[in-house]
Amino acid sequence: MEASTSAPTPPPALSRGFAATVQDLLSKYGLIALLLVLPVAYGIQDLRDDGNLAGIANNLLDGLSNGAIIALIAVGYTLVYGIIELINFAHGEVFMIGSFTAVAFWGLIGLGLGSSVIGLVLGLLLTILVAMVTCGGMNVMIERVAYRPLRGAPKLAPLITAVGMSFILQNVGLLWLGGSPKSVDDLIRAQDNLFTFIGINVSRADLLAFGVTIPLVILLTVFVTRARLGKAMRATAQDPEAARLMGINVDTTISLTFLIGGMMAGAAGLTYALYQTTIWFFQGFQAGLLAFTAAVMGGIGNLRGAVLGGLIIGCIQQISDNRISPSWTPAIVFAYLILIMVFRPQGLLGEETREAG
Amino acid sequence: MRRRFGARTLPRGVNFALAAAAIAIAIVFPLFFPQGSGWVDDMTIALAYVVMGLGLNVVVGYAGLLDLGYVAFFAIGAYTTGWFMSGFYGDANIHVFVGEFAKALPGIHLNFLLVVVIAAGLCAIAGIIIGLPTLRLRGDYIAIVTLAFGEIIRVFAIEGNEITIVGNAKLTAGRQGITPIDKIDLPFLDQFTSLNLRPWYWTALALVLVVLFVNIRLRDSRLGRAWIALREDEVAAASMGIPLVKTKLMAYAVGAAFGGMSGAFLGSFLNTVNADQFAFGFSIFILAMIILGGLGSVWGVVIGSLALSLINTRLIPDVLNDVPSNLGLDFNLVDVNYGIFGFLLVLMMVLRPEGLLPERRRQIELHEGTPGDEALVEVTHA
Repeated sequence: MEASTSAPTPPPALSRGFAATVQDLLSKYGLIALLLVLPVAYGIQDLRDDGNLAGIANNLLDGLSNGAIIALIAVGYTLVYGIIELINFAHGEVFMIGSFTAVAFWGLIGLGLGSSVIGLVLGLLLTILVAMVTCGGMNVMIERVAYRPLRGAPKLAPLITAVGMSFILQNVGLLWLGGSPKSVDDLIRAQDNLFTFIGINVSRADLLAFGVTIPLVILLTVFVTRARLGKAMRATAQDPEAARLMGINVDTTISLTFLIGGMMAGAAGLTYALYQTTIWFFQGFQAGLLAFTAAVMGGIGNLRGAVLGGLIIGCIQQISDNRISPSWTPAIVFAYLILIMVFRPQGLLGEETREAG
Repeated sequence: MRRRFGARTLPRGVNFALAAAAIAIAIVFPLFFPQGSGWVDDMTIALAYVVMGLGLNVVVGYAGLLDLGYVAFFAIGAYTTGWFMSGFYGDANIHVFVGEFAKALPGIHLNFLLVVVIAAGLCAIAGIIIGLPTLRLRGDYIAIVTLAFGEIIRVFAIEGNEITIVGNAKLTAGRQGITPIDKIDLPFLDQFTSLNLRPWYWTALALVLVVLFVNIRLRDSRLGRAWIALREDEVAAASMGIPLVKTKLMAYAVGAAFGGMSGAFLGSFLNTVNADQFAFGFSIFILAMIILGGLGSVWGVVIGSLALSLINTRLIPDVLNDVPSNLGLDFNLVDVNYGIFGFLLVLMMVLRPEGLLPERRRQIELHEGTPGDEALVEVTHA
C-alpha cells in the first residue's frame, strides 16, 4: 500500500479565481467541517443551557467506546476490500454470529452473574478466543464457498452472493435466538461508573471497549506491517499478479485476510454483547452498515482510516441517538455515507486500493 | 456472433407463437378459479412483481447498475396511492374522475389511471435524484448508495407520521399504515371489489403487457444498445460517443417508473400503505427474481419473477412449511423465507450466474468476461 497521495496537486491558488480556491478548501476540509456540525451544534446548546460541556463530552465518550466496537468491524471490511475489492456484505452478520457464539459459549462454561472475578476474566478471555476463531473460520468458509468461485466474474457477481450470504446468516441468527432482541447477563455490570473526570463518567463498558480494541488494533497493525504474512497481504493488495510471480500464494493470502477480518468481528461480537447486554439477529445488518460507512469514511483499504472512521461514526451515532432520536440515526448515518461517497470517495486518510494506487 | 454454450435460438415464428400462447393462457387463467380464489390473489401479486422485476431489469440487467434500493420506488408508488386515493388528507376535498362512492368521501380521490401516471412520474424523478450522485461512482459504491437511499426513504416512511406538511396533513401514517385505499375504478367498468379478484388480475396483466412491450422495444432501441454498451465497457462506450450521464439517468428513470406503477397498483390492491412493507429485504427479493430468471433477459425475468413470487406465496407457506418440523426441527419455513432467497442468490451466482433463461450476450460476458477483465483484477472506471 503506497502512500496514496497520488491525488493531483492543485496548481497554486493564486493564479486561480476565488471560486476555485473555495472549491479547493471545500474538497480538503468540507468533510471535516461536516463531521463537526453535530458535536459543535450540541456543544453550543449545552453551553447555553447548562453552562458546561459535560453533556456533549459524555456523548462523545460513549460514542468513542461504541465506535471502538464499530472500528473492529470496519477493519474487516477495509482489509477485504483492500485485497479483493469486494464489499463483504456478510461481514456484519459474521459479527452478529460472533455475539451469539460468545453468549452461548459463556453460558456453556457456566459464566453468570455470580462468577468470581478471576473466573470471569479467564472465562471471558477464553470466550473471546472462541468467538474469534469461530468467526474467523466462518469468514474463511464464506470466502471459499461464495466468493472464490466468482474470482474471474464481473465485479458485481460476488457482491450479489455477498448479499445472499448475509441473508442466509441473518436467518441462521433468527432461528438461533428468535426474532426479538434478547437480553443477556450483564456479566461485567457494564453501566457501573468507574470514575468521573471533569464531569465525564467513565463506565466499565467504555473501559472494556477500549481494552479490547486498542490491543487488537495494535497487534493487527504490527502484523500487517512487520510479519511476513502481513507483507504478503499488502503485496497481494497492490498487485495480485506480481505477488503471485514473487511466490506469494494469493489464495492463501486472501483466506488469511478473511480469517483476520472475521476474528476482529468475533472480538467485536463479544464486546458488543457485554457492552449492550442485548443481542438480536438484526444487529449485524445495522452494525455492518455503520462499519462499512466507517471504512469508507476513513478511506477504504486503509487500516488506520477504518479505526478513525469507526470512532467518528460511533460519535455521530451516539449524538444522534441521544439528542435527536434513535429512529433517525440510520437516516443520518446514511446521509453521511452518501455525501462521503459522492464528494470524497477517497475518505479522510486516503484510499489504499489498486485503483487509488 | 458465434453460437456458444448451446444458446437456444428459436425461429422467430416459434418465438412469437410461444409468446402468444403464454399471453392467451395468462388471460384465461382466472376463469378456471372462483372469483375470490387465493390463486387469483397470488397470481395478481406475482404479476405486480413481474412489473417490478422488469423495471429493475432495466437498471441492473441492461445498464449493469446494481440497485439495492429498489424498494424506494415501491414505497413512492404505493404512497402516491396512499396520498391521492384515500381519505388520508381528510381536510382536502379533491375528486377527479372517481365514482359515486368515492365522491362522497373526504380526502383526495383521483382516478387510478391518473395515479399510475403520477406515481410513474414521481418515481422517475426520484430515480434521477438517486441516480445523480452515483454517476461517477464505481459499481459497488453505486450499490451501497442506492441501498442507503432506500433505507433513508424507509426511515421517512416510518417517521412520516411525525412530519407535518401543512396543517394536519402528515407525510405518511408510519407503521399504522394508510388504509383503506380506494379500489381501482376504471372508465366503462364497475368499481373493483375485494370479492371479485379477476379484474385486479387483468389490470395487473395489462400493466405487465405494457411494461413488457416497452421493455422489449427499449432493449432493441438506440437507448437499449447504449445501456448494454455501457454495461460491457463504460470507457469504450463513452469514447464511441454514448452520453454517459443521459444514458445512466434514463435507466434509473425508466426502471423507477415501472417500480412506481407496480407500487401504485399494489397500494390499491393490498388496501394499505404502511412503512413496514418497505424493508431492505424487498429490494433483495426483487433482485433475486431477476437473477433467478436471467439478468437482462426479458422472458427470463418474467419467469423468474413469477416463480419466486409463487415460491414465496405458495410453495414455502403451503407445501414445504412443515418440512422442518417433520424432520424434527423446531421452526417454520416461512420464518426463514429471506434466508431461502439469499441461498438462491448464492446458488444461482455460483452455479448459473446467467439465470434460468439467459440472455445470450450476458452469458458470454459472464463466462468469458468483458474485454477489460483480468484474472483477478476487475478493471473499473472510477
